[in-house]
Amino acid sequence: MVSAVEVRNISMAFGTNQVLTGVDLIIDKGQTTALLGANGAGKSTLIKILSGVYSSFTGKILIDGKAVTIDSPTTAKAAGIETVHQRIDEGVIPGLTVAENLLFERIVSGEISRTVSLKTIVNEAEKIASALDLKWGKSKLRNDVYELGIAEQQMLILARALSRSPKLLILDEPTSALSNAESQNLFKFIKNLESQGIAILYVSHKLSEIEQLAKKLVVIRDGKIRNEQSSPFSWDLALKEMLGQQELGQRNNFDYIQGNEVALKLEGVKLFQESSAFDLEIHRKQVTGIIGLLGAGKTELAKVIYGADNLISGNMKFDGKNYKPTHPSDAVSSDIYLVPEDRAADSMIPNWSIAHTATLPFMGEFSVKGMIKKVSESIRGKQLVDDLKVVTTSHEAIVDSLSGGNQQKVVVGRWLQSKPKMMILDEPFRGVDIGARRDISKRVRDLAATDVAVLVLASDVDEILDVADRIIVLVEGKIVMDVNAGETSKEKIVNKMSEVA
Amino acid sequence: MSIGKTTATTGFDLRDFIVKYGFILVTVILFFWFASTEPTFRMQNTFFSMLKFTSVVAITGLGVTLTMVVGGLDLSVGATAGLSVTLSAMTMVIYAQTGPVALIVVLLGGALVGLFNALLIVVLKIPDLLATLATMFTIMGLKLVPVDGQSVSSGLILRDGSVAPGRFTEGFLLIDRAYIGPVPLPVAIFFSLAFVVWIFLTRTRWGRVMYAIGSNPEAARLAGVKVQRYRALAYVLSGVFASIGGLILSSRIGQGDISAGNSLLLDAVAVSLVGTSVLGMARPNAWGTTLGAVLIGIVITGLTIKGFPYYAQDVVKGLVLLTALIFSFTLSRRKSRFVPAV
Repeated sequence: MVSAVEVRNISMAFGTNQVLTGVDLIIDKGQTTALLGANGAGKSTLIKILSGVYSSFTGKILIDGKAVTIDSPTTAKAAGIETVHQRIDEGVIPGLTVAENLLFERIVSGEISRTVSLKTIVNEAEKIASALDLKWGKSKLRNDVYELGIAEQQMLILARALSRSPKLLILDEPTSALSNAESQNLFKFIKNLESQGIAILYVSHKLSEIEQLAKKLVVIRDGKIRNEQSSPFSWDLALKEMLGQQELGQRNNFDYIQGNEVALKLEGVKLFQESSAFDLEIHRKQVTGIIGLLGAGKTELAKVIYGADNLISGNMKFDGKNYKPTHPSDAVSSDIYLVPEDRAADSMIPNWSIAHTATLPFMGEFSVKGMIKKVSESIRGKQLVDDLKVVTTSHEAIVDSLSGGNQQKVVVGRWLQSKPKMMILDEPFRGVDIGARRDISKRVRDLAATDVAVLVLASDVDEILDVADRIIVLVEGKIVMDVNAGETSKEKIVNKMSEVA
Repeated sequence: MSIGKTTATTGFDLRDFIVKYGFILVTVILFFWFASTEPTFRMQNTFFSMLKFTSVVAITGLGVTLTMVVGGLDLSVGATAGLSVTLSAMTMVIYAQTGPVALIVVLLGGALVGLFNALLIVVLKIPDLLATLATMFTIMGLKLVPVDGQSVSSGLILRDGSVAPGRFTEGFLLIDRAYIGPVPLPVAIFFSLAFVVWIFLTRTRWGRVMYAIGSNPEAARLAGVKVQRYRALAYVLSGVFASIGGLILSSRIGQGDISAGNSLLLDAVAVSLVGTSVLGMARPNAWGTTLGAVLIGIVITGLTIKGFPYYAQDVVKGLVLLTALIFSFTLSRRKSRFVPAV
């Protein structure tokens, strides 16, 4: 195989934070190389270096064996590297026709005169479309870009990237908004590109896609390449390298508790339009850990139970009674609480104190005839600080000013203070230091011991093993494993996570 | 990870001081400057008439403040006040009803406009600024239809050639002219409403939740807050406040002037924005809006007494607003998040 692009010894740091260390990567011509890594592993930094977004890296990039300087998106494109980013809506320019979108870069660069008629542009666009086997006629090219479906917009962005005949095409999670059929179409298209000799760097969390497309797999973790394989891949090995191999002996020691009775029962629930329906019972007096990679459906599950998203199909029963939340307030009044994944975006109110953040979901309880009971509020704030050992000057401190771990303690603790019947925590340990993680784990386990159903969702196996009594593995919206934590091992879990659909 | 940037707390921080007390200081200095140089300004009369003059803008501004708290902005308040003037005149002059009936009609009208805004924003998902802009034009035009585009005053000749049977009642005219002790009634209404809004926003659960919605609606929703209901409530209240402003205005003019309220929108929005900078709060608040209205009242009264031409007023208002915005957005260390995106 001939290499199209070679990356040699690339390192990069943001301040004192080393994000890439000595990365070597060879991307071959005419085939797909997949890049796999967890959040924060350095994937997007590497992509951004290749597409010219970051220029302050050390190391070399070679194209066709010759060293090139890539220090801006323009030089990256000139060198033959095109990138299609994950967000489709950021790639199309609303208000312009499909044809103008297709030729946008050439219009901006002045290659195509700005005063040229739409007719000329449409003709030119038609050539590009037909060269790529897109059956888009003149009338479609004249349409506003928003009349295209999401899959067609994706194709448009791809076509635009390809109109400059790149040597390397980087695809970042290209199927995240596509249906299965649309994805299959895209794959056919990619195969076609391979046959034209284009090198493809494919970034995805969906192992089945990588299995189907890629000839080579590169795993990155903590800014270093950990594993390189040629197809057929050993997924077990790849996932272990991706998630990190901590010594198994480090596991927390605790007595597992067996859930005694069913708290929440899901029947025929579908997490995605195209995933299969499943039944699931969540027990009281137990921590249920749900583990899955990004896009496996963890957050979707949490939001459906909490009433923050609509159920696609199926129904739920809580405490034996029908449970149909249409708004988070329904969940809260059933004493089902959620700590969302992204604390800054979904839990914290900017410039609010710990005490105010704590009482927001329970304003009814903290007021008489609408007037806020300042004293009770202040007591609740203090309790939260003491109970979760929040490191702060006082309960009146602004939550934004706390460290990540302490912020998390506040947004978890505000629910713990109010006697939940069921508690859902979505990625509760993300961006949280080890001390805070232990404190939160312990409180969550103590909570479960008091007859509460606790559901923890995470993508990190060790985090789940450290907290859960029962472990469920979710792959692309499907339950592939459901066992007692005491009867499994990290190996087995990773093995299941790597099961390719 | 964001660690709070508390600059060395030792010693005096001029920037923080200016952000916190700058506005109050400017107000006090101007007040004393006018008072020491202009004998007329010193009279109690002038003081109250200045507050009375300000009360319509201030009350309407309090309504705007409520919509700003939930992250919106009501641009239809001027038109709503204008509608109130026409509605009250129609009720009393054309339909020969009593003052209290006019009062109820006007308040209901304001609440309906607020509900209409809420419908556009909450149900039809139109961005706040655009929705209320559309409402503004719609009611500015609609109010002219039943009166054939004429101002309504007693003795008006109706379409069928008859003379309008009613007139502005004495009681209604008293809204603007009555006094409680030395305090003109509009000033008393202004301060009572300011106090109520202040309590509502800072001491009640509803106000607290409204601030949460304005700062992070998704976090509020995930805390179980019915965000859309509160947004609707803010617009209804804003409509009612604008109609109270309109009532006072109508009582002051004593006729259904069709151009009444036209300049009110900018003033009301301006005082609310000025208010965000008071005490460095960098968020809309009742106390700030009140002070903003009083400040603009002082400046305009002072300059008028000093003999500045009327057109200097807008320049001055503009400069006051600009200074306030610099306080809130440039100098304040708090992130200001109260201006809605279109």
